[in-house]
Amino acid sequence: MINQADKNEDLVIRLEDVHKIYQMGDQQVNALAGVSTTFSAGGFCAIMGPSGSGKSTMLNLLGCLDRATRGRYILEGTDVSTLDDDALSELRLRHLGFIFQSFNLIPQLTVQRNIELPLYYLGWDSESSAERAVELADKVGLAERLNHRPTELSGGQMQRVAIARALANDPRILLADEPTGNLDTATGEQILQLLAELNEQGKTIIMVTHEPDIAMLARTRLHMRDGLIETIEED
Amino acid sequence: MRRLKLVRNIGLGIENLLLHKLRTFLTMLGVVFGVGSVVAMLSVGEGASKEALEQIRKVGSNNIIISSIKSVQEVSQATIHSHMSIYGLTYEDQFRISETFGHVKQVVPVKLVRKDARLGERNLELRIVGTTPAWFELLRRPVVAGRVLRAEDARDLAGVVVLTDFGARKLLAAENTIGQAVRIGGNFYEIIGIVKSEGGMAGSIQMPDEEIDAYIPIEVAKERYGDIILRITAGSNERELVELHKMVIEVDHIDNVESTAKGIEAMLKRFHKKDDYRISVPLALLQQAKATKRTFNIVLGSIAAISLLVGGIGIMNIMLASVTERTREIGIRRAIGAKRRQIISQFLIETVVLSTVGGFVGIGLGLFIPWLITKFAGMPTVVTADSVFLSVGISISVGIVFGLYPAVRAANVDPIIALRHE
Ligand SMILES: Nc1ncnc2c1ncn2[C@@H]1O[C@H](COP(=O)(O)OP(=O)(O)OP(=O)(O)O)[C@@H](O)[C@H]1O
Ligand SMILES: [Mg+2]
Repeated sequence: MINQADKNEDLVIRLEDVHKIYQMGDQQVNALAGVSTTFSAGGFCAIMGPSGSGKSTMLNLLGCLDRATRGRYILEGTDVSTLDDDALSELRLRHLGFIFQSFNLIPQLTVQRNIELPLYYLGWDSESSAERAVELADKVGLAERLNHRPTELSGGQMQRVAIARALANDPRILLADEPTGNLDTATGEQILQLLAELNEQGKTIIMVTHEPDIAMLARTRLHMRDGLIETIEED
Repeated sequence: MRRLKLVRNIGLGIENLLLHKLRTFLTMLGVVFGVGSVVAMLSVGEGASKEALEQIRKVGSNNIIISSIKSVQEVSQATIHSHMSIYGLTYEDQFRISETFGHVKQVVPVKLVRKDARLGERNLELRIVGTTPAWFELLRRPVVAGRVLRAEDARDLAGVVVLTDFGARKLLAAENTIGQAVRIGGNFYEIIGIVKSEGGMAGSIQMPDEEIDAYIPIEVAKERYGDIILRITAGSNERELVELHKMVIEVDHIDNVESTAKGIEAMLKRFHKKDDYRISVPLALLQQAKATKRTFNIVLGSIAAISLLVGGIGIMNIMLASVTERTREIGIRRAIGAKRRQIISQFLIETVVLSTVGGFVGIGLGLFIPWLITKFAGMPTVVTADSVFLSVGISISVGIVFGLYPAVRAANVDPIIALRHE
């Protein structure tokens, strides 16, 4: 769905003074303390920063899994901050793809069924879903593993399945929270290579990472500290 | 399209349930036994009431039956010395009842005498029932052969007898024995017909007829046997004067049975000094049977309901555990874009499938238990279609009621926390 009203086609995401405050007893944690930034369409951005700086909080917010305590979040021209739970689910279903550090595959489902999951919620019939799952598994190099369970796969393979699943709904934006965090360097690099390819094919990618080497592959690096953006580096 | 999706979702639910076969089976048992007991218990209640209705139908729900009984006082006096007991219903009573009550259609008088019968080589003690042709009208017993008594038989004081099929079999009287003579006591009678008998006691109701009955015109009975019966017991010969042993009274409409019975009772009380009669109203028994059935259904139903409740709680318990166990899965589904209601329906479908399958197995059990009860305890049972439909409805409802809370709990899981859940 292309929003014609959005004049600045390059801007996919805009955050305006976004706060996320967690109330811990009588103590307040400012996970995000007034973030304002934009992410452009087709970009590849790495979010970096020390542990606890608010990276995951920001990514969850961008992924419509969470809501800002204060501030505005405009996703492809829509002000997401005002939407209800169903509308946020709908956004995640149609426009976003998630990749997690711990893969988050459903263990009792086969690789194919895991990849088909978003299509199931999109209401696809089983034949077209299966077709698409095969196509995606092929794309991430796991055509032979379709009937395996996630537990029978290596970490790298599991992350490939997760990527295939994130791609199933053909999202404009891919969000990855430390996608290589649980992988060895070589495998991590392969996964990153895959993400870079996807970015070249036009996906907007926002990725949280600790590792500077990995971050170097992104075209934009966003450094966070104490819930705020410190610096933004662009190639 | 939507239906197809539901079918697919049910399929997915079943798949998920099959991942934990033992757990699913054990969870289902609660509903199986619950539904099984509902069906079984209703069938026992239904069977009992059907049997009662059947018995009452045989006696005739429009009829009132009055029997003469020997009062206790009379019995004790009689044993002391030779004594004439005078008790029971009188010709006067018969006349009064038929004249006084507008709703009484007819009164059928009955005189009873026990005599030995002899046909060829065979002997059988019979109960001679001296009565009028209306007897057969009121009791509607099927005629096996020949004919029943007619008005002319009484007028002609004809020595004719109608046997029951039981009596006829015992005396080796086949259908072709119609017209043959049988000796009963000191007299000969021509067998004119054979009727089917429903026999003495059926459940709680005393039938007016017995298997060993031999029906003759009451006028013949009066003439040949009189009103006085001599009974020779050890040590004393006892004489009884009983005019009528029974009366079967037909009331014009079922609604008037109760009031007529009350009226008759009041009247008999006035004219009888002793308590030497017993009024039995099949209709009252019918109402009693209905009340019993209701009580039965309430009591048994409550027990069944409790076991269903326990089954439901079992389901809820397991589903809550399952929600906790699958928190991460819920988080993943939500992150991918599943709406709350889709999570709710996923879990709800699982519980409803569980309880419905349990319900169907329970119906199987509910058909088997009554079969066992009937086979081994001899109790009549009737499984009605209603009780089966009711059970299906109940088991689906149990699934919905007890599945809803866990499903809502699942849907309200915060996806971010769920994704971090181990
Ligand atoms: N649900 C929560 N309740 C309370 N505080 C929270 C919650 N989630 C995050 N926080 C706090 O918000 C701050 C930011 O957390 P966040 O998970 O975004 O950090 P991060 O940058 O992703 O760290 P890491 O690199 O370790 O993953 C932390 O101080 C954390 O303790
Ligand atoms: Mg984090």
